[in-house]
Amino acid sequence: MINKIISLEEAQRHFCDGMTIMIGGFLGNGTPELLIDAILASGVKDYTIIANDTALPEIGISRLIADQKAKKVIVSHIGTNPETGRQMGAGELEVELVPQGTLAEQIRCGGSGLGGVLTATGMNTHVAEGKRVIEVDGQNYLLETPLRADIALIHGSKIDPFGNLYYHGTTRNFNPLMAMAADLVLATADSYVNIGEIKAEDVATPGIFVDYIVKGD
Amino acid sequence: MDAREVIARRAALEIKDGDVVNLGIGIPTMVANFIPEDVHAVFQSENGIMGMDKMASPEEQNPDIVNAGAAMVTVKDYASFFDSALSFAIIRGGHLDLTILGALEIDQEGSLASHIIPGKMVPGMGGAMDLVAGAKKVIVVTTHTARGDAKKILKTCKLPLTAYKKVHKIVTELAVFDITKGGLLLIEKRKGVTVDEIREKTEAEFQVSHDLKDFGPPLQS
Repeated sequence: MINKIISLEEAQRHFCDGMTIMIGGFLGNGTPELLIDAILASGVKDYTIIANDTALPEIGISRLIADQKAKKVIVSHIGTNPETGRQMGAGELEVELVPQGTLAEQIRCGGSGLGGVLTATGMNTHVAEGKRVIEVDGQNYLLETPLRADIALIHGSKIDPFGNLYYHGTTRNFNPLMAMAADLVLATADSYVNIGEIKAEDVATPGIFVDYIVKGD
Repeated sequence: MDAREVIARRAALEIKDGDVVNLGIGIPTMVANFIPEDVHAVFQSENGIMGMDKMASPEEQNPDIVNAGAAMVTVKDYASFFDSALSFAIIRGGHLDLTILGALEIDQEGSLASHIIPGKMVPGMGGAMDLVAGAKKVIVVTTHTARGDAKKILKTCKLPLTAYKKVHKIVTELAVFDITKGGLLLIEKRKGVTVDEIREKTEAEFQVSHDLKDFGPPLQS
């Protein structure tokens, strides 16, 4: 088995300016805080974040917003982080708002070899502007195209050396979807366990999707 | 009793035994506190829970188990957790019986604006657009007017839409409207309030049911 474990310092080298970064979690729940540290320490700028939200002040993705080096965020809402709204209003940060279920499906498509998904969500609203409407059996749907990233940062409750991930409670959210939709996937976990300690039927993200397992000191 | 509680108590009566329900943030969340004891509904949280129970007490708190507002919650013994794609497949796929949401504006055709005030407040839609597109029944709960008595129940929404002609019912502290093909129908009014008073506070046109009923504690002026 190849050794996937790298240090936080090695993780920092995988970031570069202008890249698109997917970050798992829902209002910080299930977000890889250690990999947020890695982005901050790397000093990269002009990057695009794809995530469900920009979290609450002080935690998770809000720490990147506070750092003001991101160029754009693609998220379903920003209401819990007033600083994101302030930067958007001041023209310092581009914000693209996507319905949450559509965002999940765009990411799923990106990792599943699909050319897009047809959804009724957003029909006859501003979300439909500029998008193709396709009729199937008399019902109109929006064509929503796949989303992929250069790098995805995910977090589990447990990870084994193969990269298999188990998510406890609600920490799963966007993590398994993003683990499939990026060219490079870095993962952290609350606990780093031995092979066999996550039962095969409890693995929610098979280890083949994880390129590197990042461990702090 | 404050307006929000009156609304939540009345909206709770809309939940039927066995319903699979998603409640939005704010007044909708309060609805769960007033469901009759003999009604057992299954609550979904769009961050990935089926079978959510209640806010966690200090002893019950587990940072890995939160609702869609990041508050720590408990779950029923039959609960399940899942990823966001499955969560929204439940929502869009016709597996959700009812969603109860808040509103900035609602109109007589059942369109809803709840997620953007251009140039002022841009929280984003979160899961609301999927919920209104997919739930079998959509109920909007809102105070009848906004701050400064600004009207919220309009002929046509002015703000960017969250839903186009998707809402089935509106519950306020003064009135309950069904949204029918013929427009708004007032089916209940708050005890002690006249239909004329409701008309004064409502821009939308509405018909009055032949079977108009009273609800809630009498309004104290």
